[in-house]
Amino acid sequence: MENLLEIKNLHATIDGKEILKGIDLTVKAGEVHAIMGPNGSGKSTLSNVLVGHPAYTVTEGEVYYKGKNLLEMSPEDRSHEGLFLSFQYPVEIPGVSITNFMRAAINAKRQYLELEPMNATEFLKMMREKRALVNLDSKLANRSVNEGFSGGEKKRNEIFQMAMLEPTLSILDETDSGLDIDALRIVAEGVNKLKREDTSSLVITHYQRLLDYIKPDIVHVLYNGKIVKTAGPELVMELEERGYDWIKNENKQ
Amino acid sequence: MSQEQEYIDIFEQNLALIKEPCAELLNEAREKAAIRFKATGFPGTKEENWLHSNVAKRFATDYGMNLGRVEVNTDRRTLFTCDVPNLNTHQAFIVNDTFRDGESGKKFPDGVILASLNRIAEESPSLLEPYYNTLAEQGDSIAQFNTMFAQDGIVLYIPKNTVVEETVQIVTLLQANVEMLSNRRLLVILEENSQASLLICDHSAMEKQTLSTQVTEIFIGRGAQLDLYELEETAYSNTRLSHLFVRQEADSRFGHSNITLTNGFTRNYISVSLEGKGAEADINGLVIGDKNQHTDNRTIVDHKTGNCNSNELYKYILDEQSTGVFAGKMLIRPDAQQTVSQQTNRNLCLTSDAHMYAQPQLEIYADDVKCSHGSTVGQLDDNALFYMQQRGIPADEARHLLMYAFAGEVIENIKIEALRDRLHMLVEKRLRGELNHCRTCALCK
Amino acid sequence: MKKKDNILKKIANKAYEFGFVSKIKTDIIDSGLNEDVIRLISKKKNEPSWLLEFRLEAYRHWLTLKMPTWAHLNIPPIDYQAISYYADPLKKSKEKNKEIDPELMKTFEKLGIPLEERLALSGTAVDAVMDSVSVKTTFKEELKEKGIIFCSMSEAVQEHPELVRQYLGTVVNYRDNFFAALNSAVFSDGSFAFIPKGVRCPRELSTYFRINAANTGQFERTLIVADDDSYVSYLEGCTAPMRDENQLHAAIVEIVVNNNAEVKYSTVQNWYPGDAEGKGGVYNFVTKRGDCRGKNSKLSWTQVETGSAITWKYPSCILRGDNSQGEFYSVALTNNYQQADTGTKMIHLGKNTRSTIISKGISAGKSQNSYRGLVRVSKNADGARNYSQCDSLLLGDKCGAHTFPYMDIHNNSAVIEHEATTSKISEDQLFYCNQRGIGTEEAIGLIVNGYAKEVLNKLPMEFAIEAQKLLSVSLEGAVG
Repeated sequence: MENLLEIKNLHATIDGKEILKGIDLTVKAGEVHAIMGPNGSGKSTLSNVLVGHPAYTVTEGEVYYKGKNLLEMSPEDRSHEGLFLSFQYPVEIPGVSITNFMRAAINAKRQYLELEPMNATEFLKMMREKRALVNLDSKLANRSVNEGFSGGEKKRNEIFQMAMLEPTLSILDETDSGLDIDALRIVAEGVNKLKREDTSSLVITHYQRLLDYIKPDIVHVLYNGKIVKTAGPELVMELEERGYDWIKNENKQ
Repeated sequence: MSQEQEYIDIFEQNLALIKEPCAELLNEAREKAAIRFKATGFPGTKEENWLHSNVAKRFATDYGMNLGRVEVNTDRRTLFTCDVPNLNTHQAFIVNDTFRDGESGKKFPDGVILASLNRIAEESPSLLEPYYNTLAEQGDSIAQFNTMFAQDGIVLYIPKNTVVEETVQIVTLLQANVEMLSNRRLLVILEENSQASLLICDHSAMEKQTLSTQVTEIFIGRGAQLDLYELEETAYSNTRLSHLFVRQEADSRFGHSNITLTNGFTRNYISVSLEGKGAEADINGLVIGDKNQHTDNRTIVDHKTGNCNSNELYKYILDEQSTGVFAGKMLIRPDAQQTVSQQTNRNLCLTSDAHMYAQPQLEIYADDVKCSHGSTVGQLDDNALFYMQQRGIPADEARHLLMYAFAGEVIENIKIEALRDRLHMLVEKRLRGELNHCRTCALCK
Repeated sequence: MKKKDNILKKIANKAYEFGFVSKIKTDIIDSGLNEDVIRLISKKKNEPSWLLEFRLEAYRHWLTLKMPTWAHLNIPPIDYQAISYYADPLKKSKEKNKEIDPELMKTFEKLGIPLEERLALSGTAVDAVMDSVSVKTTFKEELKEKGIIFCSMSEAVQEHPELVRQYLGTVVNYRDNFFAALNSAVFSDGSFAFIPKGVRCPRELSTYFRINAANTGQFERTLIVADDDSYVSYLEGCTAPMRDENQLHAAIVEIVVNNNAEVKYSTVQNWYPGDAEGKGGVYNFVTKRGDCRGKNSKLSWTQVETGSAITWKYPSCILRGDNSQGEFYSVALTNNYQQADTGTKMIHLGKNTRSTIISKGISAGKSQNSYRGLVRVSKNADGARNYSQCDSLLLGDKCGAHTFPYMDIHNNSAVIEHEATTSKISEDQLFYCNQRGIGTEEAIGLIVNGYAKEVLNKLPMEFAIEAQKLLSVSLEGAVG
C-alpha cells in the first residue's frame, strides 16, 4: 500500500508556544487511525496544522500528502486535494445558506480539477442524497451555516459536508464531543457509510465511545506534543481501563 | 450674544473680586476659559449636542451670584435629612458653592484628602496642578463658564494603594432668599491601585429659581477603582448643568450610576475617556420625570486605546409633560482594537404629552471590535399586565410593579447594599408619588 | 507595500466597468448659474410660464442657503459656477426616436440597457436618461392601454401639464434643503409615472441614468403618482464615466401614494466612485421622499449603494394616511476613499402607521460609512410601530462605520425599537471557507452577500443578481 500521509518530525507553535514537539505518523490509503490522548496533548493542534490553520506555525519537520509537500499548499488547495476536517467547534456564518455554501465549495473544487461547474439539478440531487445519509433535516439545509444549530446538528452538518466533498483523508476532530448517544450513532454511521477502500481517516478523540462505532486499524496516543504509543485496536480497551495516567507516568522526564 | 454678554460683563467688571479669595491655580484657568467662552457664547439649539435643550434661555433669569463670598448662615442639620440608613459615610457638603466639612468624625486612611478645593489649591498647588482643568479645558462653553466663575468646591484625593472602605458622601445644597446661580467644582483623584466609592447627592428645596453649574473632573490611575453615584433630588425650580469628565488609566474601573428622581431642567454631560489598556467603564442612568421636568443626558465613551470594555444602560420613565433626551455616543478610535462596547437605552412614555428624544450613536474607526447599541421607546407589556391581573393583581398595582421592575435594572447595578436598598425605596416612593405628591400624574396613581 | 498599492490601483480601475466615455455630439450650455441660465433651460424645454416661475423662485431661495454641514462627510468646496447645467446628447429634432445617435444606442447596450423593445429585460419598461435629457422610453404604448403614463419629465410637462402642476414640489418643497432648492431651479429631465386608480402596473418601470458629458451636473427629477388601489414597482440604475474631476448629481424623487396603493422603489446606485486614491467620482446629493397620503398606502425603498465618491441621501416616508406603511432596506458599500452618509426618515403622522428600517453598511479601504436616520412619531400618531436594525461590517482597520439614529417620540402608544451592531469578517469564517476550498476573495464576496441578503432579497430578480455581482466586484482587493 502506498503512503497517503507522511508526517516527519513535525514541530508547531501557536503564539510562540511549542505544542507539537516532533510528530511522526504515516497513514496508508484505506487505513483508519485513531489519535487519543489527554486534554492539552496537542490533538487539535495536529489537525489544525494539517489543514493549514494560519494561527499555527510549523517550525520543523515535513508533511507529505499524496507525495506532495502539504505544508506548501494553501488551505483551499489542501481541501481540493481531498483533505477534510470536521471541526471541533464549527463556526456560524450568518446569512449564508448551506446550499449556497456547498455549491461554492463543490464548484471551486471542480474548477481546481478542471471540471465544468455542476448544474443546479445535479447539485440539488446530490444534496438530497447526501442529506439522507446523515438524516439532515431539509429545513436545516436552507438555514444559514451552523447559525442557531444545536451541538448535534452542527456535527451532523459537518458529516453532511464531508459526504458532499468526498474527501480522501478525513480528520474527525472530537466529533463525539457534545453529542448524546443517538446523535453519536447517526454521525458515526454517516462516517462509516462514506468509508471507501481507498479513503482514510484520522479520528481524534478523548474517549473510547466513538471508536466503538468507527473501528480503527491503528491507535496512537499523543501526549505532550509527541506520539508516545502506537498499537492495534486493543490499545483502546487498555486506555479505557487504565486511563491516561500510566501513559503520563511512563513519560515523566 | 446678549445673554452671554451680560455674564461676560459681570466677569470683567468683578474680576478682582472673583479672584481675591481664590488660589492662583483657579484664577489662572478662569481667564483662559473666558476667552473661549467669549468665542462661542452659550450653545444654541441648532448645535447637534444641544438640539433639545435650550440652555441660553435658562440663563435669562436675573440670578444673583455670590462672587464676594458672603457667608451664608446655614445649619446643615436643619437643611438636610437625607441620610442613608446603615451606610457609614464620610460626609462633606457644598452649600451653594462653598465647601463645608461634614463633621462626621470618621477617620480616613493616611494621606486621603477630602477638603475645600480652594484651600488645597492654596496650600499645595503642586498636588492639584497636573489635574485641575486639564479635562474641562476641552469642555463646551458651559464648562468654560464654570471655570470662569468657580471659586470653590471639593477635592477628593486618594493616594496610591489606598482603599477607602466607607463611601464618601458629598451633599450639595442650595440655600438663598433670592434667585441664585452657583458654580461648583469637584476634583477627584485616585492614584494607582486605590479604591473608593463616592456618592453625590444634589438637593435643593428652594422655591426661588436656582441654577447651578457643576464641573467634575475625575482621574482614575492605573488599576484604581471608583464607583460614583449621583442622585438628583432637587426642585422644579432648579436648573442643573453638569459636566463630568473622567480619565481612566490602564486596568482601571469606573462605575457610574446617575439617577434623576426630581429636578427641573437637567443637563448632564458625561465624557469618559479610556486611555489605558484594560480599562473598564460601566455607565448607568435612571430618569423619572413628570410635570415639565426636562432631563438631558448626553454621554460619550471615548475608546482611545484597545482592550477596553464599556457598558452603558440608561432608562427613562416619563410622565405628564416631561421631556427626556438621551444621546449616547461610543467613539472607537483607530487604535482601539479589541474593544467591547455595549449600550442599551430603554424608555417608557406614560402620556402623550411626554416627549422622548433618543440618539444612540456609534462612531467606529477600528475593525476588530464588538460594539452594539439598542434603544426602545414603548409602554408596559400588555400581556404581562394581563397575566398579573389574571392572577389577581389590580391593574394599577401591576403597572406599578412593572415600572418598578423597569427601573430596578439600573438600581441593581449599585454595589453598596445599603445605598441600593435606599434607592429601591426612593424609587418606589417616587413611583407611588410619595416623594412629590401630585394628583394628575400617572406615576402617583 | 508598493506592490500592494499597484494591485489596489489595478483593481479599483477594473472594478468600475462602466467607466467609458461615449463620443456623442452633445449640446452643452456654458457653465455657470444665474437667472438667464434658468430661463434658457426652460426655453430649451419649451416650458409653460408657471414652471419657469417655479424654477426662479427656487433659485432665489437657493441663493439664501448654505451647504449643509451636519453630515459625517468631508465635502470639498463646490464651485457652482464651474458646472454646466444642461447637456443634451440628442441631435436637434422633434422626432427624437428616429434620431437617436447610433453611438448612444450602443452606449446603453454596453451598459446592459437595450433600448429596443425586443431586447428588453423581461418585463421591464425603461426610461433612459443621459446627462440632462431622456433618450428613450420603451413600452410606452403598451402601458398607455392600461392608462399608465410613463414618460420623461419633459414630455410630461408638455403632454400632461395639469398632472405635473398638481403634484410637482408637493412632496419635496424647494425650501426643503440646499440641494432640493438647486434641483428645483435647474432640473433637467427624469421620469414621470402615473398609475391610475385600480391599476396594477404589469411591468417593472425603470429609469437608467447616465452622466456622460464632462463638467456637467445631473439634476434629474422624478415624480411617481400611484392613485387609489394601484401598484407599481420602479427601478433606478445609474453609472458615469471615470473622470478625474468630480461630477455633481443632485436629484429629487417625489412619490405620492394614495389610498390602498403600493409603490416599491429600488435603486442600484453605481455612479463612478473615484479611483483608489480618491480622485474623481460623483457627488451624489439626493433628496428622495414619498408621501403616503392615502389610508393603507405602502411605500418601500430598497437601495444598493456602491458607487459615488460622496453619497448624501435619505429616502424618506411621510406616513400621513392611517395604517400606512414605510419600509427602507439599504446596503451601502464604501471602499477606497468613498464617503457615504445615508439612511432614512420615517415620519409617523397617521394612526397605526408602521415602519421598518434595515440598513447594512459595509466599509472597506479608507472609506467612511454612516447610517443616519430619523424616526419621528407625532402627537396624534396613535399606535405607531417602528423597527430599525442597522448593522455595520468593517473590512480593514483604516475605514470607519458610524450609526446616528434619531428617535423623536411624542406619543405614548408608540413602540419603537432600534438595534445596531458592528462586526468584521472573522478569521475563523474565512479559514472555514478556505478549508472547504473557497479562496479568500470569493469567501469575502460570499460572506458579504450573505450579510446583505435580507436587503438584496427585496430587489426584483434581475436587479438582485446585478447587485450581488456589484457587491463582490466593489470589494475586490479590499482585504489583502
